Amino acid sequence: MSPEVRQASADQAEFLAALIEAGLLLESGVPGVYGHSDTFEEIRERLAERLSAEASSRGAERLRFPPVLPRRQLESSGYLASFPHLAGSVYSFEGDEADARVQADRAAAHEDWSEFQHPTELTMMPAACYPVYPAIARRGRLPAGGVFVDAGGAWVFRHEPSHDPMRRQIFHQHELVRIAEPDAVLEWRDEWANRGLELLRGFGLAAELDVANDPFFGRRGRMLARNQQAERLKLELLVPIAGPEPTACASFNHHRDHFGSNYGIELSDGSTAHTACLGFGHERIVLGLLRTHGFDPATWPAAVRAELWPDR
Amino acid sequence: MSDHTITQIRNVLAQHGRLSTNVEALAPDDDLFAAGLSSHASVNVMLAIEDAFDIEFPDSMLTRSVFSSISAIADAVGQLQGEPAAG
Repeated sequence: MSPEVRQASADQAEFLAALIEAGLLLESGVPGVYGHSDTFEEIRERLAERLSAEASSRGAERLRFPPVLPRRQLESSGYLASFPHLAGSVYSFEGDEADARVQADRAAAHEDWSEFQHPTELTMMPAACYPVYPAIARRGRLPAGGVFVDAGGAWVFRHEPSHDPMRRQIFHQHELVRIAEPDAVLEWRDEWANRGLELLRGFGLAAELDVANDPFFGRRGRMLARNQQAERLKLELLVPIAGPEPTACASFNHHRDHFGSNYGIELSDGSTAHTACLGFGHERIVLGLLRTHGFDPATWPAAVRAELWPDR
Repeated sequence: MSDHTITQIRNVLAQHGRLSTNVEALAPDDDLFAAGLSSHASVNVMLAIEDAFDIEFPDSMLTRSVFSSISAIADAVGQLQGEPAAG
């Protein structure tokens, strides 16, 4: 059964059509999955460099991971309890030659061939910070002061097909992760929320910082969302791109000891580490820049160009 | 609220609350979040309370304050069972 595709507002539909017409986005035939033009990638890569430079000048260590997660890790993370509707799993063929022929024939006729597909050891990457926690846990007790990781602009997957160009099924989420003492983690999260706000405003975007919640599933999700709001665990940078609602372009998340206890990450004194992560949505920020300043970066205000192309 | 209700709530908290404090040592009005109840654990407590009392919390009651103490949970259970809230 096909999932429901979220409809776009008139403003969003018009923006998407203009991006495709201009060749900035390349259609795949699936809502929320697009290729990028040379111009789009030039802006996105400059943004990624800028974010990584901000992190590295403050002591971040670069780690990079492929866009798939070991299934075991997704299973033990609690993701399927909170976000069953967004998760994607990698399935692959199991069978004999006769099965393969039937599968190929059904696929060629666009009929259901799922009975030959079985779960692999992999799932799609739900959030770019997920592989960071077990990797750090494996090192043993943290050094004094904890760690700061730049996980880069990694591909992440959310199964939420939509005709809104800001809502992708697969996109680059640039995550920075802090794992340390409780006070240091909260301070870092709040400091970066303000740094992110200044950064986006420096790009000429009308960004605002607000308290937010994750799109948790179902009734338990409504309670989790209210708890998250009440405890200010999630902050977002909202930018008006294509109405009616502003778009969340970055989020700043405080996990308390959720990942620290899940993966057994210990501070130098043996107590459980706290974690926070922040994620900048590359594509959403690029779309914000294109909508605000126009489709040709050569004509953007000099101050904005200087932020992204400081060497020109 | 009856002693039996309180005992059942304590049992649910012991099984699902993952508190840093011994449940038996908590007074009815003690703050459960201060006693180590996490957001995820509070949701599991909510679901287990529904099972234990055969009730369903309406959306308006799926809040942090309803699960903030043993007596707050007992009040909510009482309301849903049509009993007087205080007692």
